[in-house]
Amino acid sequence: MILQVQDVTQRFGGLQALTDVTFDLPEGQILGLIGPNGAGKTTLFNVINGVYSPERGKVIFRGEDVTRMPSYEVARRGLARTHQVVRPLHDLSVRENVMVGACYGREKHSLKEARRLADDALTQVGLIDRADQPSGSLNVAQKKRLEMARALAAKPYLILLDEVLAGLNPSEIAAMMETVRAIRDQGITILMIEHVMQAIMAISDRILVLDYGILIAAGLPEEVANNPQVIEAYLGDPKMTAQLLAE
Amino acid sequence: MKPWRNPGFWLPLVIVLVWGAVVLLIHQDTMRETAFILLMAVGLASSLNILLGYTGYVSFGHIVFFGLGGYTGFYLLSEQGWPLFAAAIGGGLLSALIAGLVGLAVLRLRGAYFALATIGINEAARAFVSNFEPFGGPTGMFVNFSAYQKYGGPGEALWITFIFLWVTTMVVLLVSYLVKHSRFGLGLLAIREDEDAAMVMGVKAPKAKTITYIISAFFPGVIGTLYFFKNGNVEPGDAFQLHMSIEMLVMVMLGGMGTVMGPLLGAVGYQWLRGYLLTSPIFKDLHLAVAGAMLLLIILFVPAGVVGWVRNHFRRLQKVLE
Repeated sequence: MILQVQDVTQRFGGLQALTDVTFDLPEGQILGLIGPNGAGKTTLFNVINGVYSPERGKVIFRGEDVTRMPSYEVARRGLARTHQVVRPLHDLSVRENVMVGACYGREKHSLKEARRLADDALTQVGLIDRADQPSGSLNVAQKKRLEMARALAAKPYLILLDEVLAGLNPSEIAAMMETVRAIRDQGITILMIEHVMQAIMAISDRILVLDYGILIAAGLPEEVANNPQVIEAYLGDPKMTAQLLAE
Repeated sequence: MKPWRNPGFWLPLVIVLVWGAVVLLIHQDTMRETAFILLMAVGLASSLNILLGYTGYVSFGHIVFFGLGGYTGFYLLSEQGWPLFAAAIGGGLLSALIAGLVGLAVLRLRGAYFALATIGINEAARAFVSNFEPFGGPTGMFVNFSAYQKYGGPGEALWITFIFLWVTTMVVLLVSYLVKHSRFGLGLLAIREDEDAAMVMGVKAPKAKTITYIISAFFPGVIGTLYFFKNGNVEPGDAFQLHMSIEMLVMVMLGGMGTVMGPLLGAVGYQWLRGYLLTSPIFKDLHLAVAGAMLLLIILFVPAGVVGWVRNHFRRLQKVLE
């Protein structure tokens, strides 16, 4: 198991964001994390990569307890992530952004080596043409790719993708899914949050469903799609329910 | 790329090198005094820029390191009989040490809270030194005349102090460039743009910020020692002047924060303007008001400063102006 999450509980004031979340992620898989808005998906990511310290529970990454470790320590152990709300380093060029990932990721590279790795990562996500532009000048789809390149340049064992498909048009989604598959084929394990149901059902080996901070279902995509609890969780959103049922 | 092929690397150094050499050759006291004040401004502004420009942390009370380091160096030199070189380094090291200790606490603060805390540190240091008897309390210290004799009398000592400051200024500019173009510096720029995102990418922000704070505090301590030795006395009112802190900020912002050349141009430009204002009958009491107004206008209209503006508008000059 590359990642084990055990009984993770997180509260913000009166809001119970996560309650006893437990799951395992075997190496080399794509694990999809779905759930209605506000279910605690991004919070779970923040607990896994050290941005938040959970009230209770453990996060074990490659056999090591990383709970309550600062996020930079977790990053250096080979866990990279992208952000739902993209966070490019605006005044730096696209290449420099990715070089930060390479310099400070799992392998600590010199600037020269980082430049080469950054160009590799930018080629992989299809942004190499824009390497010298300021990152602030990219559009949303490109910024999402930039986040992925930054994460890839860190040479992680596990990558957390937070809604990399949101806001993309259908052809961009198809291209991004290819990129995600290619990353998995490189041997990097993936945990991804996604709202685009068809995409996540198609690409994931397994799916987890969070609702109000509780893990209500886990299993193969088709099992989860037919799980009555999951359908109920989405009933507030008839369109998504229909999508789920269509799968 | 080899640094000496990059004009952005050697241009600031050559400017200061030639400038100091010309002053030494002409060997005129008034010219030396003017150059001393200007080089001091360049050194202080560049030191502040290493923190402000690269990490984005606004230190409003940075002059505290000039004051404390200057006091310590002066004490070592005048009371303990240390040679100027050792005393200046001693002053710098004390400033660095204080920055390391204080930084662990205040660098946890961000934005306005950090800026306010640094003002508090300056005021606290002033109050402490005013009541610290070994440093002469509120009246300060006067240089022991024998300290000048070692250097062939006061006249020669002033020239030696000038040479020291000249070299120190070049070292600050060199360090500023090296930090900016290192792996460490890339981490700092990432912190400046988005500290949380930088940490998620693996940048050890608390450690990197503390090291930067230490570097940017060391040089003001050295410069302070040289300045007070040149003046012949040191007192709390001169050592911890908050308005000098603000003027340092104006110089960095005017020239362009986060650039190597910016603080050099900004310091010279600001000091030139200040000299004009102080001697003009209309403005002589208003030079700080003008500095404040300038800071406001720069932040509103040219936040990138002169160098940043030129870099953005003339892409070919990007290689020349770092």
